[in-house]
Amino acid sequence: MKIEGTVWKFGHNVDTDVIIPAMYLVTNDIKELARHCMEGVDPTFTEKVQPGDIIVAGKNFGCGSSREHAPMAIKGTGISCVIAEGFARIFFRNAFNMGLAIFESSGVFQGIQEGDRISVNQDTGEIVDHTNGKRFSANPIPPFMQELIQAGGLMSYLLNKRRP
Amino acid sequence: MPQSIAEKILAAHASQDTVVPGELINVRIDMALANDITAPIAIDLFEKSGVESVFDPERIALVPDHFVPNKDIQSAMQVQTMRTFAKKYHIKHFFELGEMGIEHALLPEQGLVLPGEVVIGADSHTCTYGALGAFATGVGSTDIAAAMITGEVWFKVPESIKLTYRGQLGKWVTGKDLILYTIGDIGVDGATYKVMEFTGDVISHLPVADRMTMANMAVEAGAKCGMISPDEATLDYIRPRAKRPFECYTSDPDARYAESKTYDVSGIEPQVAFPYLPENTRGISEVGTIPIQQAVIGSCTNGRIEDLRLAASVLNGHTVDKDIRLIIVPATPTVYRQAMAEGLLEVFLLAKAIVSPPTCGPCLGGFMGILGPEERAVATTNRNFVGRMGHTSSEVYLANPAVAAASAILGRIGSPEEL
Repeated sequence: MKIEGTVWKFGHNVDTDVIIPAMYLVTNDIKELARHCMEGVDPTFTEKVQPGDIIVAGKNFGCGSSREHAPMAIKGTGISCVIAEGFARIFFRNAFNMGLAIFESSGVFQGIQEGDRISVNQDTGEIVDHTNGKRFSANPIPPFMQELIQAGGLMSYLLNKRRP
Repeated sequence: MPQSIAEKILAAHASQDTVVPGELINVRIDMALANDITAPIAIDLFEKSGVESVFDPERIALVPDHFVPNKDIQSAMQVQTMRTFAKKYHIKHFFELGEMGIEHALLPEQGLVLPGEVVIGADSHTCTYGALGAFATGVGSTDIAAAMITGEVWFKVPESIKLTYRGQLGKWVTGKDLILYTIGDIGVDGATYKVMEFTGDVISHLPVADRMTMANMAVEAGAKCGMISPDEATLDYIRPRAKRPFECYTSDPDARYAESKTYDVSGIEPQVAFPYLPENTRGISEVGTIPIQQAVIGSCTNGRIEDLRLAASVLNGHTVDKDIRLIIVPATPTVYRQAMAEGLLEVFLLAKAIVSPPTCGPCLGGFMGILGPEERAVATTNRNFVGRMGHTSSEVYLANPAVAAASAILGRIGSPEEL
């Protein structure tokens, strides 16, 4: 399956406090969380982002708190996936568990610019920047985590397994 | 096969003889933790699953500490969700106001997290319990929902980094300074996915409270755990508290490490981490003149009785600068009572500090000390990200309790030596 979208670019060490500031952690409502997505780094982001857009960032994306509200807020804006040089481990885990597509790929931070049109082939991991023609490859997703994605997240995976 | 402490604990909880870094395993958990921010999502997922009971009502801890005492109606509703769930499923360790403390100070104090255990918490600072020789790590709410059903969690076995500390610590140099110094060296992603194993003479002589401060901030270097093999000091702390039998594991001398580093810490000064990352550290003599408006002493990093004693030793006989707000947050009711019995509260109030009930509030910009535009705070907390304590133009400088107390008196970031 292929994801295609327009890029919003962020830096290194984008932490969960800027993805969704703590003052908004009083709800589980994904639409309400999405209204404040990235507010700590770009207060106008939610006015500009369109469903299907893609976030590209540097190393250590999602560092800091374990708040699952961070991938929820991103997913709630309609962002189709996040591609980064690297992810902090709890964010990485949360994204797979709750069903936000993420890809680790080196070179994307330098090679892809804001506004570029890019596509990601989820099966092969190939990332193509259609604006500048550059190609990147995402790190392969371990088989267990692919099962999580196919099931639609950890809870569905678990409940499918428990059914006789 | 030689194994590290982390590998031994994971193998035992996966019913395997050994585990190898990179291996994906399912492990039995001894305790699952969530707070008033992360529990409601886990509870919602649990309720939607249709499962009718939790795996073990004695091995789930629900601690409403972040926005409690309830800061607004929505936070009150989050705690109501927890309270109702705890009653419905007979969760033994739900902490109502009066018993509630900051989770990572509270659970060790109450003997609910023990050496050799696997503990997961929907809070990134769950890694604190590694100081007691537990494999403890932060996860998300979905992980907690799943664990409340199965009593298990999936892990990729992490590699370990061995960090050895040698030398003599100078006056005013604490566990907080050792971990800030280390993060300053390896960076905020210097240990991503890995276990930071702290060892050496300095660690052997370090009080358990300081060890918890170090393990607490392992996540600020991206680590999965910060771990210390249990010794006599650990057992002295644990024995009077433990609510369950436990087993101590220690790393084999020839265990494999992804990396080993040795720090000679004899000459290091108290450290200050500048905005907006915990890796931006400087020795106190290199800070320059940074005026502040607020100082916060508390949190899961530095809100234990030892931290309050250190702050009181600096504040005793002084008054905080007239332009400074000093907020002191004892981490648990027991710490609060002990501070009262030892006369520390008197010292704080005479110095014109305020003493808050236990809460995470100010550390994450929740309530009880929010910073306005362009305000600066020195804090004994763990993060100094953009907007962490309030307005996005405010700044947080991380330091130990002695430096925070001295700074409150001086009106700028400074050392107790200057008083």
